[in-house]
Amino acid sequence: MNRFLDALALIGRGLIGACRTLGDVAIFAAVGVSHLLRPPFHFRQFWRHFVEIAYFSLPVVALTALFTGMVLALQSFTGFSRFNAESAIASVVVLSVTRELGPVLAALMVAGRIGAAMAAEIGTMRVTDQVDALTTLSTDPMKYLVTPRLLAATLAMPLLVIVANILGVLGGFLIGTVKLGFVAQTYLDNTWDVLEVMDVVSGLVKAAVFGFVIALMGSWCGYNSKGGAQGVGQATTAAVVASSILILALDYVITEAFFSR
Amino acid sequence: MTPSDREAERSVNQPGSNPTPKIRLRGLTKSFGAKRVLDGVDLDVRAGHSMVLLGGSGSGKSVTIKCILGLITPDEGLIEVDGQDIAKLSRRDRAALRDRIGMLFQNGALFDSLPVWENVCFKLLAQKRITRAAARDKAAEVLAQVGLAASVGDLSPAELSGGMQKRVALARAVAAQPDIIFFDEPTTGLDPIMGAVIDGLIVDCVERLGATAFSITHDMASARRIGDDAAMIHKGKIVWTGSAENLGETGNAMVDQFARGEREGPIQMELRK
Ligand SMILES: Nc1ncnc2c1ncn2[C@@H]1O[C@H](COP(=O)(O)OP(=O)(O)O)[C@@H](O)[C@H]1O
Ligand SMILES: [Mg+2]
Repeated sequence: MNRFLDALALIGRGLIGACRTLGDVAIFAAVGVSHLLRPPFHFRQFWRHFVEIAYFSLPVVALTALFTGMVLALQSFTGFSRFNAESAIASVVVLSVTRELGPVLAALMVAGRIGAAMAAEIGTMRVTDQVDALTTLSTDPMKYLVTPRLLAATLAMPLLVIVANILGVLGGFLIGTVKLGFVAQTYLDNTWDVLEVMDVVSGLVKAAVFGFVIALMGSWCGYNSKGGAQGVGQATTAAVVASSILILALDYVITEAFFSR
Repeated sequence: MTPSDREAERSVNQPGSNPTPKIRLRGLTKSFGAKRVLDGVDLDVRAGHSMVLLGGSGSGKSVTIKCILGLITPDEGLIEVDGQDIAKLSRRDRAALRDRIGMLFQNGALFDSLPVWENVCFKLLAQKRITRAAARDKAAEVLAQVGLAASVGDLSPAELSGGMQKRVALARAVAAQPDIIFFDEPTTGLDPIMGAVIDGLIVDCVERLGATAFSITHDMASARRIGDDAAMIHKGKIVWTGSAENLGETGNAMVDQFARGEREGPIQMELRK
């Protein structure tokens, strides 16, 4: 009996802790967003992060998308040729890429690149008193550090995903025409016929949400890190793990919202 | 009550030449978890004077300063600046108060993503008292006051030596002409000559601005150079206050032990056996 109660207490404590963390993150996000409406806005900081995310993540995201499109075409060919359904390859590639793989894979790559960097930078600033120094220098650290990152990631991710979509389809097209013997025009026609506005829009909405989540978890973990270099390392890991899981979970939620009838 | 406690009580209760002190602390307490770091700190800092706070490592000196700056919220106690209880200030008044305060952090806390000139003029830029175009010239002017060439302004803080970083941090702390300045261990980790140079710069800056200074140090030579008044903190309480001039011959056993760096005395290091 006692052991049972102990187990219950453990679960309860865990749940309460999780709820508290969730509440803290929500308040953090709300404060970060609210600074958008209260001047001044640190445009310089915004631009620095926007370029870092949108421009310097391009190679990584582009390569990921290209190979994903190529693999998709190859795999679905082996599968579909058993049912003489090779003509479906173009539509499989374009739908998977725009709806799912473009946003999710781009977001996971950016979480590893940008989310980690944000947590490490803000975490280092925290443990070396630079965050406190901002306060003494007439600057709100949330406004200066967090708000520009949230906005930059939310706006940059959809742009990256547009590029990812194009390259993903291109990868499928290359394999389809060069290796699998499709006629270029037919492949493109198949692609266009099946694609609807909603497929692309849902993907871009996902991208924006994922961007926000990456910046939020990166900033939050960094902002609350303590205990020197080790603490910063833990914050970085936590940021990448938390944002990756949230990306996959939210992907389900948004898909449900867009496509379940 | 030990004699030193009584002495502390008396000197705190004696008002200085100025009836309202610039900073007044009463009964300040702060615990982190089970650890009581501040245990009723009482201290007055006279306006226009320089106070040095002495104390061993981990005795709560930095925490005291962070409480006054509002970076840490004390558990209990009163903090008054210019006779105003800072806990009762509105957000805006608190920000206005911070605008008048300069702070040199223990390890500099320079922003390593920004060049030196932007670090130095950060507060002026944040308060929109200066344009970015004018900031470089202003930074060169302030850097010259701490003995650095204008060309240093274009370097990044990571490219500077420890002594130069301290000077840049000092320049940043005084650039917006604050009327209260805090220095947290300004000379720790520097060679004795550079320490003396920094002390000289601090005295210069404080005199030029007519500011009230509050410094933390455990370097006695430095304390005598930059301080008018001195106080000693031990186990979360102020155990002595007096003139910084005759540190080492104060008659207070704790302060004299600390000042002379002796192992035997009323202060026992808490070493685990
Ligand atoms: N943010 C914090 N969280 C937990 N403990 C802290 C924090 N800041 C300071 N402390 C603890 O308070 C004590 C006093 O620290 P501090 O004021 O920095 O010492 P010092 O007198 O050397 O400046 C130390 O033991 C430190 O571990
Ligand atoms: Mg300290």
